[in-house]
Amino acid sequence: MIAFLVQRLFQAVLVMLTVALIAFALFNYVGDPISSMVGQDTSVADRERLRHELGLDDSFIVQFVRFVGRAARGDFGLSYQQQRPVGQIILEKMPATLELSFMAAALALVIGVPMGIYTGLHRDTWLSQLLLALSLVGVSLPTFLIGILLILVFAVVLGWLPSFGRGNVVHFGWWSSGLVTLDGVRAIIMPAVTLSLFQMTLIMRLVRAEMFEVLRTDYIKFARARGLTSRAVNFGHALKNTLVPVITIAGLQLGSIIAFAIITETVFQWPGMGLMFIQAVSFADIPVMAAYLVLVGFFFVVINFVVDLLYHVVDPRLRVDRERAVLG
Amino acid sequence: MTELLGWVCRCALSFALLVAVGAIAEAKTFRWANDGDPTTMDPHARSDLFVTSFDMNMYEALLRRDRNLKLEPALATEWSNINPTTWRFKLRQGVKFHDGTPFTADDVIFSFRRATAPGSDLAGQLAIVKEVKTVDDNTVDFITDGPAPILPNYLVGIAIMSKAWCEAHNATSAAMLKDDEGYATRNADGTGPFMLKDRQPAVRTVLVKNPNWWGLKDQPIDIDEVVFTRIENAATRVAALLSGELDMVYNVPPQDIERIRNTPGTKIWQTPELRTIFLGMDQSRPELLESNVKGKNPFADKRVRQAFYQSIDEDAIKTKVMRGFAHPTALMVGPGINGYDATLDKRYPYDPAGAKKLLAEAGYADGFEVGFDCPNDRYVNDEAICQAVVAMLARIGVKVNLLAQTKAKYFAKINAPGYQTSFYLLGWTPTPLDTLHMLSNLTQTRSKDFRDGAWNEGGYSNPALDELIKQIQVELDSEKRNELISKALSIVKEDFAYIPLHQQIVVWASRDNVDLAPMGSNDFQLRYVKLN
Repeated sequence: MIAFLVQRLFQAVLVMLTVALIAFALFNYVGDPISSMVGQDTSVADRERLRHELGLDDSFIVQFVRFVGRAARGDFGLSYQQQRPVGQIILEKMPATLELSFMAAALALVIGVPMGIYTGLHRDTWLSQLLLALSLVGVSLPTFLIGILLILVFAVVLGWLPSFGRGNVVHFGWWSSGLVTLDGVRAIIMPAVTLSLFQMTLIMRLVRAEMFEVLRTDYIKFARARGLTSRAVNFGHALKNTLVPVITIAGLQLGSIIAFAIITETVFQWPGMGLMFIQAVSFADIPVMAAYLVLVGFFFVVINFVVDLLYHVVDPRLRVDRERAVLG
Repeated sequence: MTELLGWVCRCALSFALLVAVGAIAEAKTFRWANDGDPTTMDPHARSDLFVTSFDMNMYEALLRRDRNLKLEPALATEWSNINPTTWRFKLRQGVKFHDGTPFTADDVIFSFRRATAPGSDLAGQLAIVKEVKTVDDNTVDFITDGPAPILPNYLVGIAIMSKAWCEAHNATSAAMLKDDEGYATRNADGTGPFMLKDRQPAVRTVLVKNPNWWGLKDQPIDIDEVVFTRIENAATRVAALLSGELDMVYNVPPQDIERIRNTPGTKIWQTPELRTIFLGMDQSRPELLESNVKGKNPFADKRVRQAFYQSIDEDAIKTKVMRGFAHPTALMVGPGINGYDATLDKRYPYDPAGAKKLLAEAGYADGFEVGFDCPNDRYVNDEAICQAVVAMLARIGVKVNLLAQTKAKYFAKINAPGYQTSFYLLGWTPTPLDTLHMLSNLTQTRSKDFRDGAWNEGGYSNPALDELIKQIQVELDSEKRNELISKALSIVKEDFAYIPLHQQIVVWASRDNVDLAPMGSNDFQLRYVKLN
């Protein structure tokens, strides 16, 4: 177990360094942050002085090493656009993105898994066919279009839900939550639905396909032959084994929901890290972009690690294999 | 009996609630949004139009502009040249900062030093000022390096901060970028009509009315609270206005203007903007960087420049690309800028046949190829305008290779010191709203230290014009000065130094019950806002 953890830690650091290196290489091509920072009357001499102060005229290697050195100490520098520490900005925005992502992932699971089971077990009912058709819509429409449609219907026409922002949030230390106020709950509904639609469909179809697969296997046949009830067979035995690929996908998807909720956050002006990243790109705000990409790399590493651990918990076959490997 | 008591209590409670709700309803909140964020509350840190416009609701300068763009007194009540190199300002009495400390001449000296020290982005605008000194408690002198006819115009953008407050909070230098965030980045203490209540960067900023503002007697402020939100996505911004969640938004995407105008409950405000959009050409290199013409520079020949000018149908650009929201122009400055001369503002006619003839005369009967640089997120419909220009030039045989990119990359390419461009689109608003600023930045011969002609990417150079510019810089008599400016504008026009296209039209959108003052400088002054 210890060896496993150490190996994973080493991998994590390697992944993050690689991400940082690639990101930094790309930053040479995002344009000139100085031109976004100063006005038209700032003399060329002052611009060059600022460029020098920020270290932007140093070579790529020097800049990269300086960045890694500071990042190791937790110092990501000052944002060019907001002129305050990047770490602080990320901490402020993180709760918004994490709340939205977890809500979306929860929605996708809570609705997607039951729908998948139902359509898996009763494949030919009209309800099944309806759900499958609707899910196609969720997959084929782009996120921003769904978001704008929802805003049009629920905010402009009906006026039930707010069209932008997070509503009133309550602060607990550095965390801010919108889920404890009515305003905040109203504000999170549309973005969460928009963000979850694709994952919901994915999970539903995946569970459905896995159910077909598993229900055909021998051990299910034997369980039925033994006389176990449908419920025991379907949920006690079949479902557990279908969940392995679902957990893998859901885990990967959670990572990408967190990292790339950018479009949803932009449409709903949700003050999260995705919106922060987009704003940084158009400003060429390199410290923010670099910190964000490294953070995203870290998220993926952690999530995949948790997913790997969950395999062992969920799938009895994997547990047995390990024991055999240890004993034999 | 208890029933009656119960009933009385309920009535009293309802009445109390009604009064409370009524009292809360009395407070007028004005909610608005823009696609940008005022990135700092420090008025000296960034010379950005939107940041300055926002911060100058909390801070004030010695002078300000009214809704018709005329200069009027703010923290200074009178100003004059007591000799050619000295401007004397009489300061307003009885003014207090938001924290209660009185405004004095010391604050003016301090603010000037802060605005010209390293860290401030305003230093370039005040380069001509040698020294500022107090004459007495109510009078301040600005000593300039040679005559400075338009110094007051520049002072409109220099906010006066409280020396005591800045020193107490260790904010004596404008935080451009240091190791720590400057205190003034998220806190403010000015003399203006609004005070900063809450600042969440890139999310929300809340201002409240300053009940002790010196200007309340002559200009009562109608709103009690202002909530500003940044909403970048244009569709979301418009939706929020239509749903009633916001009272006012700008910038308004052109495709939504008619929809907002026709929806009951919302309306459109429009004013001609001061920014001129134009095309520039590299006239300085012996051979163009991005062209198939070798051994000579087509743009060095005035006939080629004129051919380009006359092949562009600006009226078509106005109607089709800008949907009518443009004011075609023949000059590099628009109405509202000091020195603008309406008698000169007649475009050369659109004449593609004549343009082709001119090109042939100049030796390019078969046309030629040239690269074209354009931003795609800086000006209204910038990329669309460039695409229209490409199509129009194709008709006279010129093949244009368009490179439209984001502004961070675009400016890196065309600006000093590299000036890596052959043909480009640019927009310009002179900061002090005076033509000299345009002339010295765009048409003056480039100097080695980049002080003159800093934005003259094409390297246009005309010694006669340079002479005129030097005279305009020191002429204190405004009539004589404007005459010289007209002469200069005439030279720029006849020489085809640039191809001016149009001034944009500022479009703002609000709910019907809002009254405000749209300004061509795209400056949103909250003191004019009324909620009916």
